[in-house]
Order: sequence, then structure tokens, then C-alpha cells
Amino acid sequence: MQFMLLFSRQGKLRLQKWYEAHPDKVKKKITRELISTILARKPKMSSFLEWKDLKIVYKRYASLYFCCAIEQQDNELLTLEVIHRYVELLDKYFGSVCELDIIFNFEKAYFMLDELMVGGEVCETSKKNVLKAIAAQDLLQEVSYGDTAYEL
Amino acid sequence: MALRKVKGNLERMFDKNLTDLVRGIRNNKETESKYISQCMEEIKTELRQDNLAVKANAVAKLTYLQMLGYDISWAGFNIIEVMSSPKFTYKRIGYLSASQCFHQDTEVLMLTTNMIRKDLNSHNMYDSGTALTGLACFISGDLARDLANDVMTLLTSTKPYLRKKAVLLLYKVFLKFPEALRPAFPRLKEKLEDPDPGVQSAAVNVICELARKNPKNYLSLAPVFFKLMTSSTNNWMLIKIIKLFGALTPLEPRLGKKLIEPLTNLIHSTSAMSLLYECINTVIAVLISISSGMPNHNASIQLCVQKLRILIEDSDQNLKYLGLLAMSKILKTHPKSVQAHKDLVLQCLDDKDESIRLRALDLLYGMVTKKTVMEIVRRLMTHMDRAEGTMYRDELLQKIILICSQNNFQYITNFEWYVSVLVELCRMEGTQHGGLIASQLMDVAIRVVAVREFTVGQMALLLDNAHVIVGPAAARSSIAEVLYAAAWICGEFSQLLANPKATLESMVRGKVVSLPGHIQAIYVHNMLKLYAHIIATAEEEDDSEMIEEVTNLLLERLPVFVSSGDLEVQERASCIVHIVTYVQKCHKHGDKVGADLALLMTGELNPVAPKAQKKVPLPDGLDLDAWINDPPSESEEEEDDALEKEIFVKADSSYKHRKEKYEPSEEELQKLRDARRAEQASNPYYVKSSALSSPRPNHNSIQVDEIPVTAIDLNVSLKIPGMTSLDKYQVVDGWQDGGKKRHKKQKKRSKRKGQVSSSSEEEINRMHVVNTDIGEMPEGAHLSDDYEIDDRPEDDPHRALDINLDEPLSPNEVLPTRTHYEAHAQRKIESNNEAKLIPSEIPLKMKTRNKKERKEKKEKTKKVKKEEKKVKKKPSRDANLILDLIDPLKETVISDKVPVAANHINGIADAKNKEKSKSKKTKTKKEKKAKKEKDRDKPEKKLKKNEKEIDTLSRNRDEYEETNGTVTQEVEEKLAVPEPQPYSRLLAEDSHIRIVYSTAAMDGVMSEILVCIKFISQSSKPISKLQLILPDSSALKMIRTPGKLVFETGYRLFPPKEMGMAVFQRKQRQPDPQSELVNLPWSLDPGESKETQLSFTAEDVTIPHKLRGSLSYIQDGSSSSSDISLRLEFPVTTFLSGKTASRATFTDLLSSGQLSARSSFTLPNCPWSFPEVLEELTLGGSLAVVECVDQTASLYGRSLHGHHVCLLVKYQASHHLTIDGKSTEGILLSNALDHLKTTLMQKQ
Repeated sequence: MQFMLLFSRQGKLRLQKWYEAHPDKVKKKITRELISTILARKPKMSSFLEWKDLKIVYKRYASLYFCCAIEQQDNELLTLEVIHRYVELLDKYFGSVCELDIIFNFEKAYFMLDELMVGGEVCETSKKNVLKAIAAQDLLQEVSYGDTAYEL
Repeated sequence: MALRKVKGNLERMFDKNLTDLVRGIRNNKETESKYISQCMEEIKTELRQDNLAVKANAVAKLTYLQMLGYDISWAGFNIIEVMSSPKFTYKRIGYLSASQCFHQDTEVLMLTTNMIRKDLNSHNMYDSGTALTGLACFISGDLARDLANDVMTLLTSTKPYLRKKAVLLLYKVFLKFPEALRPAFPRLKEKLEDPDPGVQSAAVNVICELARKNPKNYLSLAPVFFKLMTSSTNNWMLIKIIKLFGALTPLEPRLGKKLIEPLTNLIHSTSAMSLLYECINTVIAVLISISSGMPNHNASIQLCVQKLRILIEDSDQNLKYLGLLAMSKILKTHPKSVQAHKDLVLQCLDDKDESIRLRALDLLYGMVTKKTVMEIVRRLMTHMDRAEGTMYRDELLQKIILICSQNNFQYITNFEWYVSVLVELCRMEGTQHGGLIASQLMDVAIRVVAVREFTVGQMALLLDNAHVIVGPAAARSSIAEVLYAAAWICGEFSQLLANPKATLESMVRGKVVSLPGHIQAIYVHNMLKLYAHIIATAEEEDDSEMIEEVTNLLLERLPVFVSSGDLEVQERASCIVHIVTYVQKCHKHGDKVGADLALLMTGELNPVAPKAQKKVPLPDGLDLDAWINDPPSESEEEEDDALEKEIFVKADSSYKHRKEKYEPSEEELQKLRDARRAEQASNPYYVKSSALSSPRPNHNSIQVDEIPVTAIDLNVSLKIPGMTSLDKYQVVDGWQDGGKKRHKKQKKRSKRKGQVSSSSEEEINRMHVVNTDIGEMPEGAHLSDDYEIDDRPEDDPHRALDINLDEPLSPNEVLPTRTHYEAHAQRKIESNNEAKLIPSEIPLKMKTRNKKERKEKKEKTKKVKKEEKKVKKKPSRDANLILDLIDPLKETVISDKVPVAANHINGIADAKNKEKSKSKKTKTKKEKKAKKEKDRDKPEKKLKKNEKEIDTLSRNRDEYEETNGTVTQEVEEKLAVPEPQPYSRLLAEDSHIRIVYSTAAMDGVMSEILVCIKFISQSSKPISKLQLILPDSSALKMIRTPGKLVFETGYRLFPPKEMGMAVFQRKQRQPDPQSELVNLPWSLDPGESKETQLSFTAEDVTIPHKLRGSLSYIQDGSSSSSDISLRLEFPVTTFLSGKTASRATFTDLLSSGQLSARSSFTLPNCPWSFPEVLEELTLGGSLAVVECVDQTASLYGRSLHGHHVCLLVKYQASHHLTIDGKSTEGILLSNALDHLKTTLMQKQ
């Protein structure tokens, strides 16, 4: 996978993860182009489109679009599966996730994605394991918060 | 200090946190940019504070802003600060921020190497995990090189969580640092059999990605994957494996045959669409690779097509889309099986989703046959009428033309029909493909002689109705291009026109001036052609009335063009006006000029091969840079070029060219031409055109009549101009049908005798012959595809990964390791500058980078020590700048809870001074010691020199430089720095041979002890047949797995301390696994030394071990063998390794209360300096310095079985040494301290 974007129906970017290095300008350009292309598509259309030499796989969940760019030989259905897995994870973690959860806890959303994927490849397919890892890290974080409090 | 802290915390309470920021942005929708710039200012203030919590908060906010599109690259340093925080909360935020905004070219990245290394080796699994995921996003070439080894170590971590991530990160490492692939690959391969399915799957992922790009290097892995495929039930992994096979099969058809069965089974059984889809794709790939000879061949194709049909019929648009996509792949090799589903594909043309319609179009393109082309095109054209959106209609139009014209009009049997289609297509409004239609029209008119007349008729009609075509919408489209073709065709083939005068009239009439310039130019020029034709015919018929009429017509209309703004139009028009006036004058005199006039225009067009221009050979003796003084030959040259450059569209301009070039010395040209033609005739490679014409008008004026016009006599009625409707062609059989005309006239068609083309393998005869010659080629050129290039772009990282992995590793293929000495040197620095850990690295790194520019990029850490000195000696402006830069960094560390920070609180200058004096002190000491050592090791030194000469090449660069240093002028300085002496002990010695050994705990790799035994010849004769006898003791066993037992390392000087990855070339002769004998396969020449390495495992690592054995050898010349008895000692410190030491984990450990055992000893009168004691502890005791301040240091070591040992070393001015130890294992600790005490005492 080359990158993953999350954006709202209004075209606001909510999350972006790039597994291939691009200069910021290029990133912005790609994002803008893709958002407008995808938002222009009708709901009855398929989730795939060819874009330059990449394939774009996107899916809409409520007001959020999840959009991934993959290479020509990659499996589109598998990518949809990854997106779905990620949404399920977010849902489990936040408890029926909504756009606001992701806006206000965007770092958590990133951490979750990092557990699911590393360098653009699926790392952990078990939802349970991902949630376990995240929970453990959150715990660790709270412990350190405790330290900070003590420091005061 | 305390006040400052309180102040910081107070301020913090008023800071915005991330939630506030987000809320603020949402509340200030109108003034967002203003609000954010205000926030940015706040963040900048926050970043200037010392409190790390504040900084982390600021960085988190920045990360959010970065997503909104704001540039935060200026905060790189701050992000690194936060990353380096020991607290996981901050570290996590730091890494997140880094992974979002750093990329491989980020400058500050080079400061992070050691920090990331520390995190990777951290005891906290989540620290390492965070570092791994972060690294995956921003890894650079340098980081990949420096950290490859650490990532490799994590492959053997006990935690699947880390193994998995490390495996995936390896892929990125390979991309950035291809040299790592070969040494790392064996380990990666092992991970395919990892007990954890996640790790296994990750390894499959990585290998699959690698193999997809360079399949041929991974063929040997096919059996492993085959086994995995048949045994695994993990769909995620299966998909990857199957994809991998898809990449491998084209290279190995036998593999494909084997795959078919399991794959078809999967297709039958699986319910997962993604897996099904992948299987089908791979089956298709297999079938493509197997050319023939498969019994089940058709069955599997049928199965695939059936399954795909189900996908396409599914209501899910995604499946439909993919089904069509896969179908088009089958189409390439098995068109027949797809053609059966034409109905389905045509149905998809009506789908709501445009992308699905386009896919269906793609399919149709391949499904066309001679039989179906008419029907399909008709469906497409009706579809086009209904279709909405110019984009899509344009796409349709283009597809129609592509379908028809593919393979040199392979499927077109009736070109009249095709011309009608093209004419029909002209009616489409707003198309951008006018040029495409035009070139098709010209192509057909030129190449299909049989329908030329028909085409000309149609074109005349087009010209007549130009106003219809170029309607009001024409401005935005390129449809006017069609008129270009029409005008040219009518002019070029004017002899075929039914009524040339009418056509000429329609050309001069109306809105021609509103057309684009280049089309006007064509109009004007072709008017002349028409005119010439009319005059010629009229003169023959003595129709002076006609002559007068057309001449006047032209003279009346042409002045409009003469005043045209377009240069081309103007020039041509004025030229023609004069020609016409001249003709008029001649006629007044009663001269007949028609034939002469026609000569200007005659000439046959021959197709030119597409590659002709490239293939024009450079004639002998032609120097393109030199002046050419021979004008006639120059013009000949140019003319050829002009001819070959332009294919049909611009052919007429070359006509013009020709006309102008025509005059000079005709005879000379003729001579040259004849010579060339003779050469062509004798040249077998020269493609002779059927018309055998030369481009010379005067030569082929006769041949013009011989152009196969024969076909035309078939249909007389064709001469009646009028646009034909397509409908009539739909009746396939008979061709005798009165078709309706769109324009008033009815037309009767007589039965057509199809012209049987020799190549018609199908039952439908081709009615027209297309000139499908490859076209003219330069003499001697082949139309071959000798342009095979790797189509991947130069900078594609995968190009570099095309590496043969099956070749055995050679000794110099190693991952860059932090070698023994480096580690030592670094620790030294760390111990000096502990309190300003990061700052100290910066100037060094900066300096090294300067060096790097001059020298090749190589591991330079070895030089660090020297560099440091330079920095101190002349604190240049550079250095000061750097210090300024790193100032904020320094502060972090101060605010950090380092117990000793107080010493350095006054800033870097203080620390610097101290360092200076200290290093001076150590320097003198070192010098003394080095001298001592020099004396003692004199014989050894000599040997070393020999070695150096023998094989400097085989050694890696660092070692090379290092040893070289002893010879060069830098000797003194070099010696001042502690030489990387292996901590070797004498094993045995006699008059002929000296044996020393050193040990190293290979923690994390295989939990074993590596013993490096070095044999140094002291005899004057070669020593051979060396044989070690080392029986196992109850607690200590030699590892006797083949290949692992003995490594021959040739001339390595130092044992690998940190991790001896693949340094060793495997020995050819393996000892008998059961025997205690180790035969050494080499002999020792006089003065030579060689090494061998043995691995041992110990059951109990808390107590010291001993191993008795003997060595026998034969000295050349003596008949009997000599024996020496050996005693290998393994003090407990052997089993310790300090590799994973880090301050964070160290403090964690101490505070965790795990370290229950305590012990200590004191040496009241230690003769050694503090650095020497530390050296002893780190080299002999295998411990690592965690922290070192002044004369106090804490050290850490971990045993092979995971016991922790922590030491606190205090050294007081009066040579009073105290070592306090804490450990999780009491026996280990007391044994270790005993050992250290004795060694330190012995030194006394």
C-alpha cells in the first residue's frame, strides 16, 4: 500500500498515512486530486478507480471516506478488507466510532493504524491482538502520566 | 531550579492541549487561518520551554496542524527531542509526529541514529515497536545501513510482536539499502517457519513483495511456499503466496502445472471473494505461461470464466468491475472462451458506473472478430448516441476506432462500411478526436486502394456539408480536423472525383477562413491540385469554358487567403494566385499547360515503416558536425529525411519540399538516385514497395495508371456521391441490398464479388485489401525490436534489489555491524558526555558529514574519537553554530531526571572544558599503556603486519584503515587512543605455536558463547594437521550442528563482539558431529595466524566453567605430532552481554525491585586509572557502560539466560575503588564480582 487517506464528505482530510516518501507539495496535490475525484463519484459506483499508475480503493463509512492507494498487482478486495478491519478496530476501540472520535483522538487512530499496518503491509490480522497491544500501550502511557503527576 | 519548574507547570495549565486546539479550530471556522497562526505562535513559545510535557503537547498539536496542511518541518529538532524522551507517552507522540512529517531526505534524521538504536534495543517491547513502525515511515539510506543489524537482532526477539514488525521493516531496509538483502535473506527465510503465524505471514508478505519485483531470484523458494500454500488456512497469507506464485510462474512453467490443481481446488472451495479473485488471477497467469500441452487446460479456463461470470453478474459493483478486469486478462490468450460471454459484456455497457462501462469497452476491444465487428460497432454507436458526458463519448469514439483499426484493420472486411462509420462519427458533437478520425480517413484512403474512390466521394460530400460539421460547437472540439483529411483526399485523388468542379466550388465557398490555419493551408494547396486536374481534363476535352470558369473562380476567391493572418496560408495562396494567373496568360496565348501543371502534383505515396527514421544508418563519411560543401548531396540527404520523418498526415508538405528542391542539377541527382536504387534492388533487407515507384514525379507518371485500380470496376454505382448509411452493411450475406441514403438518393448495389484475400483464414472474405507492408525502411535496416530495456525507471529502488540470493554468501558480505572497537569508542564518548547525550553526538555527526562529502560514505564512527578532538582543539565557527543549534536539545536533558545533571547544568562550555582536561589525562595514560602493550606484544605485532600484507583486500574497510593507521604517520595519535585489542587470554603456548582465545556471548542470536581461538605460528616451518580435542563437560557443550560448528574466518583479527552476523565463510570440511575432534582444515605457514570459532552452550550460566582439551599438530619436517594441553576458562562474565543496555531500562530495572541480590567489594589501592578499570570491565567483563559521570559509572550486563546484572563503580581520588552490584541472581553476581576482583587484583 502506498498511502491511506481519511476524509469527510465535506472534503476535509481527517487522517493521512504515507508509506512512500513524497515531498509535502506532492502529497497535498495528490490528496486534493483524490478527494475531489472520489467525492464526485456516485454512490452506486464501484470502489475502485485507476489513478495514474496506481489503483485507488475507497470505501465510505457514514460521513467518512477511507481511501487507499495500491499498486497495479495488488488485490483490491484484500485492500477493502484491510479498510474494513481498520474501521472495525476503531469501532471497537471508541465504541461505535464517529467522525468526531477520530478528529479529537487522531493520534489514537494513528496508533491503531500502526498496529494494523507496518510500512504499508498488513502486520496484524487479529483484531484482538491489535486491541490488546493498544490497551497495553495506553496503560503504559497512563503509568507515565502518573509519573508526571508525581513530578509536580 | 525548583522555581523554574513550578513556573513551567503553572504556565502549562494555561496551555492549550490538543483537544482545545481542535475545538478552537472548529469554533473559528471563519477565521481559521488567523486562529491557526495564533496557535502556531503559542506552539513556538511552548517549544522553547524546558518542560518536556509541554513540548510533547506542542508537538502533538503540530502533528494535527500538519494534517491540515501546515508546514511543520521547522520543528524537526523539537520532534527529535520528544522522540528521545524516556517516557513512553512522549516518545509515542514524537515518533508519530516524525512518521508524519519526516521523510528520507529530512536533514535532522541523521541525528536520530543512536536514539533509534537505543529504542530498538529497549527492554520495553512497545518502545521498540514504536521505533519500528516509525522507522518504516521515514527510514533513509543512512538509517537503513546503520540500523540494519539492530533490526536483524529483533528478528530473534522472543516476542512475536517485535519479530513481526521487524520482518516487515526489513522490506523497507532492503529498499533503502540493497546490500543488506543478501546477508539478511537467510534469516528472513527462517522466519517463514516461525512458530507465530503472524510472523510467518509477515515474512511471506516481505518475500512476496520482493519477489514480485524480481521474481527470478526467488524461484528456489517455490517448494517452501508450495508447502505453505497447501497447509495454511490463513487467507491473508494465502493470497500473498498465490500472488507470489503468479509472479514466479512466467519464469517456470513446470511450477504452473503443479499449481493448477491446488488452485482449482481453492477456487471451488473458498468462499472468500478476495482469495477467489487472487486464485483466478494466478491461474490465468499460469495458463498464459503454459503455451500448450495441458490436458486440463480448457477445463480450468472454463472454470475461471464461469466464476468470473458469476462475479460480473453479481449486484456488487466491485465484483463486477474486478470480474471484467480479470476477464480481459483471459481474453489475451483465450479469446474464444470470453467471446461466448459477449452478451454479458454488452450488458455492462449500460451499467451506471462509468468505470465498469470502460472496462466492458476494453473487453469488447479484444472480443471483436471479423464476424462480430459490425454488430459490436453498431451497438457502440447507438450507445454513443444515448451516452451522456462528452468524456465518455469521446472514450467510446476512440474505442470504436481502436477496435476497427487494430492490427492493421485485421477485422475489417468491408472498408466502405468503415469509411461510413468514420463519416458517421464526424457527426458527434464536441469530440476531441477529430484528428484521430482524420488520420483514419487518410489511412484508409491511401492504403485501401479499392475503396479510394468511394472514400473520395464521401469526402467530397463532407466538404460540401462542411457547415454542418463545423457547427457552432466546433470551437471547443477538434472535429474540423476531418475537413483537413477531406480536403487533402479530394485534392490528392482528384482524378477520382465525380465532379471536381463542384468540389472545388464547395472548397472555396463559405466559411473556410474561419477554420484553423493549418486546415486553410491544406484547403488552398488542394485547390491547386484540383485546379490542375480540372485544367488538364478540360484541355483534353477542349472545354475552354470550364477553364475560364474555374480560373476566374480561383482568382476571385484566393485573394481572401492571400490576406490571411496565417503565414502558411498566405504564402501558399499568393504562390497559387501567380500560378493561376500564369496559366490564364498561357491560355490567352492558346498554350496548353494542363499536363505541365499536373506534373507539379503527381507522385505516389508510399507507407513508411514506423521505425524507419530511427533506423536510417549514418552514411559512411558523414560528419554531422562538419560543414557539408557539396550542395547536391546535401539536398539528397535532406530530402530523404523529410520523406521519412513524415508519415501521411504531413506528406503533402514534403511534396512542396520536393517541388522546391527539384531544380538543382537534375542529371547529377539522377545519377545518385540510380545508384541508390540499384543498391536497394540488391539489398535483401530493403522493403520494396509494391508500386515500385520512386518519389520522382517524372518517373512514375506512367505508373500512376498502374496503381491497382482494378478493384474499382466492381462497383459502378459507387461513383454516385452521397453519404451512405451504415444500416445497409448489417446484412452480412450477399451484399446486395438497396441501402437507404441519408441524403435523398436511393442506390442500387450490384452483387459484389469480394476480393479474396490470401490471408483470410475465416469464412468471411475480405472485400478490400489493405496495404499492410511494413513500409519503407532505410537500406539495410531490420524492423526488429532491438530496443529491449528495463522499463523500470532509473530510480526505482527495486532495480537495485535484483540480486541473486542463491549464491553462497562471501565473507565480505556483512551487514555493517558496530564492531567491537566502535562500540567501545562510543561507550567511551557516552561516558564522557553522558549528561548531554545527544548534544555530544551532534557536532561529531556534523563533522563526520563534512568528511563524508570528501570521502566515500562509509562507517565512520570509528573515527569519532579523533574527530572529537579536532572539534575541541579548534572550536571553529562551525562548531559554535552547531552548539547554538543544539542548545534546545541540551536543555531537555537537563530538565530530565538525570541524577548527575547538576554537574553540567552550567552549560556546555563547562562540560567542554572538563572533557578537554579529562581527555588529556586519559591520553597520557593511554600512551603509557599502549607502549607497554607494544612491548609485550611485539611478536604479535609483527605477525599482524604480515597478515595485513597478505590480505588487506579480504578485510572490511574499517579494519583496513585501522591497521593501516599503525604504519602511517598518525601512529602516535592512534596509539593514544586505546587500540581495539581483543580481550584475549592465552590458552597455551610452546615453542612452535601460541594460542590465544577470546569469548563472546551471542545474546539474542542463538544464546550461545562464541569462542574465538587464534593460532599464531611461532615456528619457522609450516604447521599442519592441527587437531583440537575438546570433550564436552557435563555443563558445557559444543554445538555440533553442521555448518555451525566451525567457522573459518581466515585472517580476521578480532572476534566479533556484538553480533557476528554471517561474517564467516562456512568451512568445507565438517567435523564428525559426534566426535570431540575438531580438524582444522588449514595449515599455518611461518609467521601466519589463523582463527577458528567454536560455539558452546552452557546449562548453568551462574557459575564459571572450565573445559580441558588438547591440540595436536605436525610440524613440517618432523614425523611425529606434538601435543599441547589446553584449558578453556569460562568465567561467569563470559555469559554476560551488555548489548541491550540503555539508561531508561536501567533505571526501570533498579526501581522495579527485581534486583534482589546484592554484593560488593572494595579495592583500597587500585593502581589503575578509572578509564582503565572501565575498559577492563567492559572488555573482560562484557558489561556495558550505561552512564558515566566523573569517576562514577553504572554498568549493565545481561546473561544468556536473561539474568540482569547492574554494577555501580565508584573511584575515588585516592585509588579507592568500590564496586556495588545488584542482580536478579545471587550466585551469578557473587561469582561475577569474584572474577572481576581477581582480574583487577591480578593486574596489580
